[in-house]
Amino acid sequence: MAAAAEARVHAEVHRESFWTRYVFSQDHKVIGLQYLLTSLFMALVGGALAMVFRTQLAWPQAGVLKADQYLAAVSMHGTIMIFFVLTPALLGGFANFLVPLKIGARDMAFPFVNMLSYWVFALSIVPLVASFFVPGGPLNAGWTAYPPLSALPQAAPGSGLGQTLWLLSIAIFCVSSLLGSLNYITTILVMRTRGMSLLRMPLTVWGIFVAAVLALLTFPVLMAAGILLLFDRLAGTSFFVPAGLVVGGQVIQHTGGNPLLWQHLFWFFGHPEVYIVILPPMGIVSDVIANFARKPVFGYPAMVASMLAIGILSFLVWGHHMFVSGMHPLLGTGFAVTTLLIAVPSAVKTFNWLATLWRGKLYYSTAMLFALGFVSLFVAGGLTGIHLGNAPVDIPLHDTYYVVGHFHLVMGTAAVFGIFAGIYFWFPKMFGRLLDEGLGRVHFWLTLVGVYGTFFPMYYLGMAGMHRRIYDYRAFPFLSHLQPLQVFITLSAFLIFAGGLVLAYNMLRSLAAGRPADPNPWRGTTLEWSTKSPPPHHNWHGEVPEVYRGPYEYSVPGASQDYLPQWEPQPAGVRAGH
Amino acid sequence: MHRPEAARLSPHELYNARLGLWLFIVSEAALFSAFIAARYLNLGTQRPAELNQPLGLAITAALLLSSLTAYRAETCIAHGDRAGFLRNTLWTLLLAVVFLVGVVAEWVEAFHLFPPGTRYGTSFFSLTGLHGLHVLSGAVLLLGVYLHGRRGRYGPEDYWPVEGVVKYWHFVDVAWVFIYPTLYLVG
Repeated sequence: MAAAAEARVHAEVHRESFWTRYVFSQDHKVIGLQYLLTSLFMALVGGALAMVFRTQLAWPQAGVLKADQYLAAVSMHGTIMIFFVLTPALLGGFANFLVPLKIGARDMAFPFVNMLSYWVFALSIVPLVASFFVPGGPLNAGWTAYPPLSALPQAAPGSGLGQTLWLLSIAIFCVSSLLGSLNYITTILVMRTRGMSLLRMPLTVWGIFVAAVLALLTFPVLMAAGILLLFDRLAGTSFFVPAGLVVGGQVIQHTGGNPLLWQHLFWFFGHPEVYIVILPPMGIVSDVIANFARKPVFGYPAMVASMLAIGILSFLVWGHHMFVSGMHPLLGTGFAVTTLLIAVPSAVKTFNWLATLWRGKLYYSTAMLFALGFVSLFVAGGLTGIHLGNAPVDIPLHDTYYVVGHFHLVMGTAAVFGIFAGIYFWFPKMFGRLLDEGLGRVHFWLTLVGVYGTFFPMYYLGMAGMHRRIYDYRAFPFLSHLQPLQVFITLSAFLIFAGGLVLAYNMLRSLAAGRPADPNPWRGTTLEWSTKSPPPHHNWHGEVPEVYRGPYEYSVPGASQDYLPQWEPQPAGVRAGH
Repeated sequence: MHRPEAARLSPHELYNARLGLWLFIVSEAALFSAFIAARYLNLGTQRPAELNQPLGLAITAALLLSSLTAYRAETCIAHGDRAGFLRNTLWTLLLAVVFLVGVVAEWVEAFHLFPPGTRYGTSFFSLTGLHGLHVLSGAVLLLGVYLHGRRGRYGPEDYWPVEGVVKYWHFVDVAWVFIYPTLYLVG
């Protein structure tokens, strides 16, 4: 059986041409890198959009953008960052590259479906990019695409073909996400190597697993919402447009839909989506912190349980996005309670990270710096989630920069910091070369200072009454005096973008001339470090390693080195791990 | 005349394929749930009196019966009864066509009674359209399985494609079990 499998492996390696190896590859590692590099490229696009509209906000008198271009820029920035950067980098890039390597599998459960998932994802970018070039430009309705603005072509310049292409792109993306997540779930459940019980899985795999379950259950709902909105736009149905609506002096011919239906469907997806992009970074950060503190993750079972709790609760909180949309006060109270409950598992995780660091032998590699940055941002953004989860506090703050600051810190930049930590940590495994640590530090400090300089002042802006998506706030006398702060924020945002360029340079430079990495440059304990860097096709020459212990056996008393890899049999004289 | 040994799924691959299909079905269920939720949120339990109830009942009966024949087709091939498998697959296909023709007849009527632009028509055409597309895709898959089966594919040890298509067919059927009362019975 094993010999036959080996023979098949070699036969497959033999059959590969350039196209099947690098383009239409079914190797999870190649697909993972395709996802990751596509996402990083899209991050530059989304980031460039942010630079442009931040310039508009800092110096509105210069008129860099026209009003509808401004709306298109913020809408596309959100869309690209959520759907085409965070989601595919994590549930695509890291999930594909890491899951089989970390659980001891030669590939994903369905390699062909996996390849399909990447190419469907690539296809979904086409209508999105095309929408920049159609009459009226891309959608104007914000990344949440609320109707009626998104339902009626005459409502805004971008509500025409641009909006239709956006919906098409998102619907295709949902298909890609489905193909990806059913692959991750199946792979994690059935492809683990001998000894890799569920509670011996690294937390990165747990984060990806819970995120994949959320994606499997919520992306179809977004897809349904998108299809229904397409029906409203193209087939004349009335799901979302109320009767008797007047746009531009004309009564709209719709017979009574409900705009709230979109908000319910969208946020039933939208809130779990927040956790889809934060649970995998939570896992990555746990792995990185344990490694560079040389300590086991504090409270591993509690870390797993809190991920599961966050995953379950995420289905019960969507209403907190709709407090101002009109909701029975009792229902609002219910949503406030479930929302605040999420603070409990989130705090469990935060305290466990701190306890893992406590008295560790800390080594501040770039990956570690980004992991610590993640914890910091998660707290700085998460605490205001407690304010916004309370309906009475949310109502005056809703749709202000207070919310923009909150979610950019807690799930936007925090997730990005998790991705950066993962890139610095696994780049040697991906490409066989280490990233430059000096440039890494420049990247980190530019990004950290830039992020706090950009998003922390937004809390103040929000409390001062600055609303989101205002093209030129000088029209409102009580907002005009905030311009100096807007300038400060924009200058800080430039730092973040500069940091991104440093990362791009570092990656290109290291690919060409980075220091070669041995199989285990960070003295890690999990299975991906047991094979060559980069791993061969089907991941291990010879047998897949067996697992003998949990994933974080650092600084074990009595051991000859300060870590016990999962794949090494129990050495004599060491107390049993778990 | 089964497929060559090497092309068959190993027990491990079979397990993966089953799990993958179930996850797909769960995800599809979420899609249908959102469509059904839209009907209740926008309309509550309102329903027009002009609905063609006998036709609705007839296509429902046809679809439910097709699940039985699909099940018999799968059981037959699992026991090596190729003739029975082919016969039952053909019956399933026939019932699928009856269902689809019924839906088309229903649409022709409905276009006059409550066009897609009306409040009820919005949900009626979307739900039956989404479901009809699933029935159509299931029928195409059944046809594929039937043609392969006629050329001698599948046997008691090797019938995952049949099992997979039949499971999908049952799902499409169960989805209708929720859609039928949602459109025809409540209110």
